[in-house]
Amino acid sequence: MSTFKAKVFVTLKPSILDPQGRTVERALSHLAHGNVSGVRVGKYIELTLSGSRAEVEAQLKDITENVLSNPVMEDARWELSEELVGA
Amino acid sequence: MKTAVIQFPGSNCDGDALHAAQLLLDQDAQFVWHTEAGLPQGTELVFLPGGFSYGDHLRSGAIAARSPIMQAVKAHAERGGFVLGVCNGFQVLTESGLLPGALSRNRDLHFLCRPVHLRVENTSTAFTGAYTKGQVIEVPIAHGEGNYYADPETIARLEGEGQVVFRYTDNPNGSLNDIAGIVSERGNVLGMMPHPERAVEALLGSEDGRGLFDSLKGALVSR
Repeated sequence: MSTFKAKVFVTLKPSILDPQGRTVERALSHLAHGNVSGVRVGKYIELTLSGSRAEVEAQLKDITENVLSNPVMEDARWELSEELVGA
Repeated sequence: MKTAVIQFPGSNCDGDALHAAQLLLDQDAQFVWHTEAGLPQGTELVFLPGGFSYGDHLRSGAIAARSPIMQAVKAHAERGGFVLGVCNGFQVLTESGLLPGALSRNRDLHFLCRPVHLRVENTSTAFTGAYTKGQVIEVPIAHGEGNYYADPETIARLEGEGQVVFRYTDNPNGSLNDIAGIVSERGNVLGMMPHPERAVEALLGSEDGRGLFDSLKGALVSR
């Protein structure tokens, strides 16, 4: 059994209007960063899980797809890394 | 009509929901806490009230949709029982899969709190029988995430099957096709962002919400 750190990234689907991202983009433009485009605002969620890698991967997939994101309007991806004990 | 008003941590229109149900649906309404496993015996209408369940954390309605009582609400809906979700209640219904689509941030990012006008698009549902087709009613909204979205196939299906029940006459939040309220395929689950329970007495500025409760009573009698 190991301990894993998971990073989950949730973003609105490209087809969904992101008013928050657009507002940030406009603000950046006002701050003389007119070359910035395509700003999208999303969520970053950290989790710690314990178990075997296979168990944890299956569980993380379930959590990410069924709780942390709404597949109707969001895309989600995750990264998993084993935590070194005592490091 | 025996009504269960579900309370989640952060519900804040539960009192209004209970009041409207008691006033217009024969008094027989009670609160049910979200940790309960079952609905009171004989529940005919489940009312998911507005508010900010779990502070809208993660996504509005997401955590509430996964609370214990929702299993009983789903079973109730599967039996054909009536479910009414208003505002946050609508968000809980989409998050729990009882209604299609999702509610996202308002187009202009502002929290909107004002009366709006809705056109009644379908009067052959249990929730709208007391209105006339095309009738425009005034009902308040109060939400930051009421922008209705669904993929094009779902929108086409909703429109084709007459599941769009209420439409904004002056779309305040960017909802696709001006959608303000939809019913499930079977017609027994209604979700809407505007608050009919806040428009049931002249004192409140509008009585136009009464029609929804009158419709439900009528539907129950004819069952």
